[in-house]
Amino acid sequence: MTSETLTPTRPSRSWRPGSGLFRREPVAGQRLTVASGLGLGVAVLWFSLLVLIPLIAVIVTASEGGWSAFWDAITTPQTASAIRLTVTTALIVTVVNVVMGTLIAWVLVRDKFPGRGVLEFLIDIPFALPTIVAGLVLLSLYGPRSPLGINVANAPASVFLAFLFVTLPFVVRTVQPVLSELDKEAEEAAASLGASRFTTFRRIVLPALTPAIAAGAALSFARGVSEYGSLVLLSGNLPNRTEVTSVRILASIENDNIIAAAAVAAVLLAISLVVIVAVDVLQRRLVRRG
Amino acid sequence: MRFRSTAVAALAVAASLALTACSKPTSTVNADITPDGPPVTLNLVGYAVPEAAHTAVAAEWAKTSAGVNVTFKTSYGASGDQSRAVVNGLAADIVHFSVESDVTRLVDAGLVAPTWKDNPTKGILSSSVVVIGVRKGNPKNIQGWDDLVKPGIGIVTANPASSGAARWNALAAWGQVIANGGTEEQAYEFVSKLYNNAVALPGSGRDTTTAFLGGAGDVFLTYENEAILANQSGEDIDWIYPDTTLRIENPAAVTVNAPPKAQAYLDFALSPAGQRAFAQKGFRPVVSGVDITGITGVKDPSNPFPEIKKLLTVDDDFGGWAALTKKFFDSKTGIIVQIIAATGKAQ
Repeated sequence: MTSETLTPTRPSRSWRPGSGLFRREPVAGQRLTVASGLGLGVAVLWFSLLVLIPLIAVIVTASEGGWSAFWDAITTPQTASAIRLTVTTALIVTVVNVVMGTLIAWVLVRDKFPGRGVLEFLIDIPFALPTIVAGLVLLSLYGPRSPLGINVANAPASVFLAFLFVTLPFVVRTVQPVLSELDKEAEEAAASLGASRFTTFRRIVLPALTPAIAAGAALSFARGVSEYGSLVLLSGNLPNRTEVTSVRILASIENDNIIAAAAVAAVLLAISLVVIVAVDVLQRRLVRRG
Repeated sequence: MRFRSTAVAALAVAASLALTACSKPTSTVNADITPDGPPVTLNLVGYAVPEAAHTAVAAEWAKTSAGVNVTFKTSYGASGDQSRAVVNGLAADIVHFSVESDVTRLVDAGLVAPTWKDNPTKGILSSSVVVIGVRKGNPKNIQGWDDLVKPGIGIVTANPASSGAARWNALAAWGQVIANGGTEEQAYEFVSKLYNNAVALPGSGRDTTTAFLGGAGDVFLTYENEAILANQSGEDIDWIYPDTTLRIENPAAVTVNAPPKAQAYLDFALSPAGQRAFAQKGFRPVVSGVDITGITGVKDPSNPFPEIKKLLTVDDDFGGWAALTKKFFDSKTGIIVQIIAATGKAQ
């Protein structure tokens, strides 16, 4: 990113950094060179083997029982309630992460304090820890025997807490590199022109960070809806109260009802897709407005 | 970035640990014993709980001429997952699952002969009973099933929807009403009350113990062997034997393409010596003549497996797994499934 990226008043369409879903190709109609053709081929093959084909398999399986079986699977009150809980909680967690993740990234990049290196390292722990271990830790810290006096076990708040834990690094890690690359001159210029610190943040820093925040938010949501290990011990899996979608999927598999499991998974995929697209559209709007 | 590579390294270590944990060939070479044949490798696929028992049985077997030249490749995990893995190609010569339906799945796939139950124990390798786990000293004074449905008693029991093994608990609760002269309506009411008192429905039997030890609930429904194991590990729990409860039967079988040694291992595991190893891990012997002295972690070492006044079995009291699965656990019309689906709404 150059300092050009920091002229937020009238951004051109081409400067958008980050993970724009619908990013424009630089030049239309240009022929691929051999090297870039090979690169594209490898990329597509890799992506297909790992992502595209499994995804299609899920959707094909989901459709095997026909529309009525699909509809039955996802509208069972217990399942519908699990989907509601999972999606709502993931949305709230994403909003919290956007605020807290940006704050943590800001502190890590802009503030010098003792222990920064340790904090920097600890941020990644939720990535590295096997989720079932995370679940055990959360149960001992925020369960009935909490040394902190906080007990969220077997209540919907436990789902919220577990989602927060596993999704914490996403926004931090997407925002941090962008923030540290950010040219301070633009901020200083704004300040010298009389902008308050808040205005500088809102008009100069935030627009540059928005794509990164959006990318982190999308990852954080997608990770949240699929979480299982870290909450399964703490949430108690109570039907219609604390049971999440992944537990319902597991139950369907345990009962050899693969079609129902795939149907619920397909719904989760669709919801994640909608949210990721919505986040992308939103960040475009915000960036354009500055 | 340094922290990234550290995290990656940590993950790699964790992953390799996990991999070695799920497949460790065990080989005991004993030079004094003449093997009765060429070296054989057996794939043993089982549910997680009896892993320690199998390790002990294999070590005992290695002291005989039949077992000395055998190497084991083992894989342990959740029963249903293991069964599905075998259907999907996981190499298995001997399987040991927590419920019969997991073997039936292999029979349906043509991997286990339909005659697998034609032996003196009807295909059962290990056995236990459903018990009621309580906190040390039994502060809520739980004496039997009826105490569980009193207001204010918090129950932790595995979720029958996601845990095949948890079905034993639900069946025990239902069956004890019927066995003592109750009607189906009364059984329905009792089981409804029981699940309304549930404060957590963890995904598996082990998760149930973990949640209870973590402080959830006043009682947990569990298996005698799980309670004994927790006690052996020094956990602060106690348990009571209800007057009426259900016999838990864990089946084992050899697959159709297994080498003859697989059946030999299973026969050894079913011998008094093999069953002794299971008994030491808290399982009730399935054959007679097993030495059950000196078992740790039990309530009364002189009588480690007390006789249950009225012991129900799946075959005698529920008409076998095929019938009961449809009646109780069908994902739409199953009685237990409906009861559990209704619990959250009443509140």
